[in-house]
Amino acid sequence: MFYPLAGVRHQSYLSDSKLFPVPTDRNLLIVLTIAGIGAPFLLSSLYLNSYLQPWLIWTALALGLNLATGWAGQLHLGYAATMAVGAYAAVHAARFGIPWEFALLIGGLAASLIGSLFAFAALRVKGLYLAIVTLAMQFIMDWVLNHSPVISGGSHASLQSPRFALLGQEIASGRGLYYVALGWCALVTVFMMNLQRTALGRALVAVREKDYAAAILGVNSFYYKLIAFSTSSFIGGIGGALLVATFFFLAAPEQFGVNVSIQVLAMIIVGGLGSIIGTYFGVALILLMPGIANEILANAAALFRLPLGNETLAHIPTAVYGALIVIFLLVEPLGLGKLYANIRDYFLVWPFDQFKK
Amino acid sequence: MDIAYLSELAVNGALTGLLYSLFALGLVLIYKSSSVPNLAQGALTMLAAYVVLALSRQLGFPLWLAIAATTIIMFFAGLGVEKVALRRMAGRPIVMILMMTLGLDIFIRGSTLAVWGGTSRSMELGISYDPLFLGPILLSRINLAGAGVAIALFVAFLLFFRTRHGIRLRAISDDYIASWSIGISVEHGVALSWGMASVVAVASGVIWGEIQGVDQSLSQLLLKGLTVAVLGGLDSIAGAILAGIFLGVVENVGSSYLDSIVGGGSRDLIVAAVLIFTVMLRPHGLFGRHDIERV
Repeated sequence: MFYPLAGVRHQSYLSDSKLFPVPTDRNLLIVLTIAGIGAPFLLSSLYLNSYLQPWLIWTALALGLNLATGWAGQLHLGYAATMAVGAYAAVHAARFGIPWEFALLIGGLAASLIGSLFAFAALRVKGLYLAIVTLAMQFIMDWVLNHSPVISGGSHASLQSPRFALLGQEIASGRGLYYVALGWCALVTVFMMNLQRTALGRALVAVREKDYAAAILGVNSFYYKLIAFSTSSFIGGIGGALLVATFFFLAAPEQFGVNVSIQVLAMIIVGGLGSIIGTYFGVALILLMPGIANEILANAAALFRLPLGNETLAHIPTAVYGALIVIFLLVEPLGLGKLYANIRDYFLVWPFDQFKK
Repeated sequence: MDIAYLSELAVNGALTGLLYSLFALGLVLIYKSSSVPNLAQGALTMLAAYVVLALSRQLGFPLWLAIAATTIIMFFAGLGVEKVALRRMAGRPIVMILMMTLGLDIFIRGSTLAVWGGTSRSMELGISYDPLFLGPILLSRINLAGAGVAIALFVAFLLFFRTRHGIRLRAISDDYIASWSIGISVEHGVALSWGMASVVAVASGVIWGEIQGVDQSLSQLLLKGLTVAVLGGLDSIAGAILAGIFLGVVENVGSSYLDSIVGGGSRDLIVAAVLIFTVMLRPHGLFGRHDIERV
C-alpha cells in the first residue's frame, strides 16, 4: 500500500468535493470490489454464506444506524424495532403474492413510517432522554410483536418467508443470495459515501454538532432529524427484510429484540461513529467475536485441562462482548475506523514524514 | 370489581413500587453526582445477589454475615468500576457514556453467569410465604419487609445528605466546576456515590432475589427502575419514592384491568408507556431539576 502523495491539498472546490481525493483509495476500493465479486469462486459455501453474507447484510444495517447516530447525532436504541417492521411488512407482502422487489420496498417504506415516530420524540427531547424514549419504543414493539398473532403468529411462533426471487428469477443458491447481499451493501455504501459530499450530509453534521447553532445558521433541525430517522429506518427496514428473506428464512420476534438494537449500536461504536470503513470492521469484529472466543476457550480448556462447565462456555462470549465495548471506549473511542485512518495517514506521507499535515 | 379487591391491588402495588424505588435509588445517587445514567445498575444488583449466595452457600457464612460482607465487597466494586471505567469518560458525549454503561452491564452479567451459572436459585431469607391479613386485604410478608428496608435506606440517605460528606455531594451535583474550584474533591464524591449505589444494589438484590429468585431476570429490573427514576426526576430521591409508589399502583391496578382485554403480560406495556409519556410530557420528571441549555 503506497500513496505517492505528500499529504492532500485542495486547490479548488471541485477537488475538495471529489469522492476520492486520494487515487489509491479508489484503487483499493476497486480491488476490494473485484474480490467481493470473485469471492464465490474462491471460498467454500461455508465461508460465503455463514460469514461473508451476514457480514454484508449487517454492515448495510449498521450503516443505516450510523446515518442517524454517527452523522445526525441522534441516539437510537430502537433500531431493531424498525428492522422488525421492515421484515414483517415485507414477508407479509411477499406471502400475499407481491413480487419481492416491491415487497422489499413496502418493508422499507413501512419501517420508514414507523421510524419517523422516533423523530417526533427527537423533536421534543435529545441525548439521554431520546435514548430512553427509543428504548421504551423498542420494548413496546417487542410487546406488540409477541402479543399480536396477526403480525407474528403469536409469541413463540415464527413466520416462514416465501422463496426469494428478483425480476421473476428465483434465487435459492448460496452464490445468488450472497450477490443479493453484496449488491445491497454496495448500494448503501455508495449512498453513504456520497451523502458526505452533499448539502444534506453537511446539514446532518451541523445538527449533530449543536442543533441550536444549526438552527441559527438556517438549518431546520427538525426537518433534518426527520430525514435522518426516516432514511435510516428505510435502510434498516430493507436490511431487516433481506436478513429474513436471504439468511434466516423465517421471521420470529426474538430476532428483533432489544439486545439486537444494542448489538447494532455496539457495532458502530466499535467501528467508529460516522466512519464507513470503520462500520465494516466493527460489524466483522462483533459478528465474529463469539465464534473466535468460543474457539480459543474450547482449545485452552482442552490444552490446560480446565474444568469448564457448559454454562461457563456459553456465557463467556457475552462477557467478552461486553469487555470489548468497554475496552474500545477506553482505548480508542473513535473506533476501528480511526485506527485505520491513523495507518492510512501514516502511509499517505511516508517516507516524507516532515510533510505531515 | 369491589373496593376491597381494588384496595388490595393498590396496597400491594404500592409495596412493590417501594421496591422499584429501592432499585431506582441506585440510579438516582449516581446521576445526582455525575449525570451518568447507570444502565449497569441491573447487572450490579444481580452480581450482589450472586455474591451473597456464593458466600453463604459455598463458603458457609451465616446469611447476615454474607450480606454484610457483600455490602463491603460491592462498595469497593462500585469504587473500582468508577475508577477504571467511568472517570475517563467524563466530558465525553452522552452516546459514549451510555454505551459504556451498557457494555459494563453486558460484561458484568456475562461474567456473573459464566462463574455461577444461570439456573435460578432461591435466596431463603427465612421469611414465610403465608400472606398477612390486614382486615380484608392480603399482604405479602416479603414485600412488607422489603418496603421497610427501602424506607429505612431512604431515611438513612436523607440524613446522610445533611452530613458534611452529604453536603459535599450536594454541592457536586449542583455545579461540579464550582465545587472543584472551592476545593471539594469531585472525584472522591463521584466515587463515593458509585460505592453507595452498589450498596443499594445489595439491598435490592437480596430482596428481589427472595421475591423472584436469583437469576438473570434480576438485571431486567432496569427498565422499571429507570422508569421510576425518570418519572421522579433523575436527581431526586424523594421523587424516586413517590414515583415508585405511583408506578407500582398504576402497574398493579392497570394490568388487572388490561390483562383481560389484551390477554396477559400488559405490565411491561404499562411501564414502557409511563416511561414514554413522562419523557415526552415532562422530561425532567416530577421533582427533577430543569436544566436550561445554552448555545
